[in-house]
Amino acid sequence: MTTPTTHDHWIDPYEKAWMVISVVVLIGIMIAVTVAGFAFGIQAPSPYQRVDPNTVTQSGPFSKPGLTDLGGGQYEVYMIGTASGWIWEPKEIRVPVGSRVTFYLTSKDVQHGFMLWNTNLNMMVLPGQVSKGSVTFEKPGEYPYVCHEYCGIGHQTMSGKVIVE
Amino acid sequence: MPAREKFAFERKITSVHIGFAMFALFLGTLYGPLQALEHAGVNLYFLAPWTQTYYQGLTLHGVLNALIFTTFFICGFLTYVTVNSLDRHTRFPILDIVGVVLMIIGLVMAAIPILLNMATVLYTFYPPLMAHPTFYIGATLFVVGSWVVGYSLFFTLYAWYQEHPNQRAPLPAFMAVITMAMWQIATLGLAIEELALLIPWSLGLISGIDPQLARTLFWYTGHPLVYFWLLPAYLSWYVMVPKLAGGKLFSDPMARLSFVLFLVLSTPVGFHHQITDPGISVGWKLFHGALTLGVAFPSLLTAYNLWASLHIAGRMNGGKGALTWILSLPWGKPELTAQLLAAIIFIFGGIGGVINASYNVNLVVHNTAWVSGHFHLTVGSAVALTFVGIVYWLLPHLTGRALFSRHIALAQAWTWFFGMIIFSRGMHLMGLLGAPRRTELGASIKSAAMTNPDWNVLLLMVGLGGTILFISYILIYVNVIGTIFFGRKLAPNEIPTIPFADAVTHAEQGPMLLSQWKPWLAGAAFLIVVSYGPVLIEMVRTIELTSPGFKPW
Repeated sequence: MTTPTTHDHWIDPYEKAWMVISVVVLIGIMIAVTVAGFAFGIQAPSPYQRVDPNTVTQSGPFSKPGLTDLGGGQYEVYMIGTASGWIWEPKEIRVPVGSRVTFYLTSKDVQHGFMLWNTNLNMMVLPGQVSKGSVTFEKPGEYPYVCHEYCGIGHQTMSGKVIVE
Repeated sequence: MPAREKFAFERKITSVHIGFAMFALFLGTLYGPLQALEHAGVNLYFLAPWTQTYYQGLTLHGVLNALIFTTFFICGFLTYVTVNSLDRHTRFPILDIVGVVLMIIGLVMAAIPILLNMATVLYTFYPPLMAHPTFYIGATLFVVGSWVVGYSLFFTLYAWYQEHPNQRAPLPAFMAVITMAMWQIATLGLAIEELALLIPWSLGLISGIDPQLARTLFWYTGHPLVYFWLLPAYLSWYVMVPKLAGGKLFSDPMARLSFVLFLVLSTPVGFHHQITDPGISVGWKLFHGALTLGVAFPSLLTAYNLWASLHIAGRMNGGKGALTWILSLPWGKPELTAQLLAAIIFIFGGIGGVINASYNVNLVVHNTAWVSGHFHLTVGSAVALTFVGIVYWLLPHLTGRALFSRHIALAQAWTWFFGMIIFSRGMHLMGLLGAPRRTELGASIKSAAMTNPDWNVLLLMVGLGGTILFISYILIYVNVIGTIFFGRKLAPNEIPTIPFADAVTHAEQGPMLLSQWKPWLAGAAFLIVVSYGPVLIEMVRTIELTSPGFKPW
């Protein structure tokens, strides 16, 4: 490090190197996450559908929350989060090893958050919106899901599990 | 006339701000150790018998620490920095008074429903959780009060420009006013959320609310909020820490570059808090993620400039060697040591921030205990411990009394440092192992609703860190109360002055562009329009005011 004298627009050479390294590292991170997203399919949720939280449980797929076998190892789950009782409906799901399960989630009251342990599935669950995400269960075992958004004084009890057999 | 006498009016205003800030921190921080120990299985809520639930305490912890303490401190500190740096009184003193009075009214209005358990909505107050209307009205008045404080500084700097044509504003005032200008731009989202959605909805004027739109408006403000906390800490690191360390600021132009980039990049990044939201498409999330990595750049500039400035100080104190000069810094000065430890913690906080913003990596950490661990390194340490370090010279300056005990102050800084490292390490790892944030986790574990045997040792770290932080918290208030009531009266020549540092590379050696306003304000407006415009227009066009309010607490 030297001391500048009278140069105009003087930048320390080490600082210039630091700036270049900083930009290269940040661009590198951006490329890495973009490749992971589009080449490996590790994606965040995107808009799927909007619903009326006041009527969503009265008709349509959210009137019978639960698992449906679509055949060929494909399943779908319609799930509702609620702060009346602080539960996920359904509370338990059983699928065979190797199943690909697509989750459709909504809330009939306040905001909730859905995180399926030991997977990359992590979605906010908002009234008025349907959150959609898929997971392939390669290994047998229990995969708990917990609510991760504060939804009232019973929030800490709001959990369920996927049992993969 | 010495600056302290000249700015007697501003000193009073600043004293009121700092007083309310320290009172908010006093009540807000009390809950931190209670929460940490609750996670570890030890319930001490009998120490705060006016608290009805864990979540009411959590609301107080977040609102008082992250919103009230920070904003009062920042408004008081920046006002005092600006007038001293410009050597000029505020242009319209009535604005200083109106600003602080509005903030106090707002605080009282927002605090009463929280204390009555009528606004247990946490500091993000996501609808359809519905608080009492006075909570929203109070929060709005509080923000408007902070705007008025900002207007006072804008007029003051404008008057200074009129009196000093074609001159660059001094660095401290330039940084202070950039922070307030950024805050003005950034709080538009929150203001619209409050005025158009939350207040009319809580008053029953509209029957429903659109939660996705409300979240989006909230995070328009929510992320630049962290820069509103951080920039005053950076200001102190740039223009005061070098002086306290016995050295000089390495580069004034690079400091300006960093701040003008924050003005441009702080706001158009909010979707990185909403990467898991259902109502925003992935392209926009990726775009905001990229801009967030961009806003890491001025922080990296700050790291270099601070390191180089400290290097100069270490050499001037006789330090030698590639790294051993660090030992030559005056570590015995609590006002410096607290800020240096805060800056060290921020290295890890900053790295964590880049992880959080990295699009799909966020899926691993979003809304887990990792995030709470992260922001206790940033706002809970880089910012809060820096502000406490500032208090260690500012309180004697404002009161004319010596700091009650410099040894206690040093012990406070180190206990905060180690307590936070232990606490935060536990929280980060808990998050990676699936522990959700803002959850009464001890109760979850007892009921077996959420539990993981791998958490056990981490919960001990959380509890131990929280206990050490509790000791540190007590040490802060021993000094604050001790100084005000028992501090030795200082002779006029003993009272600490504002530690403004000289720069090695002066502003005049950098381009004029770095001291101008219009290009950077235009850049900020452009990026906001590009990054938020289409999404917000679509959300408003398809607005569905369907969600009624709920009070599940």
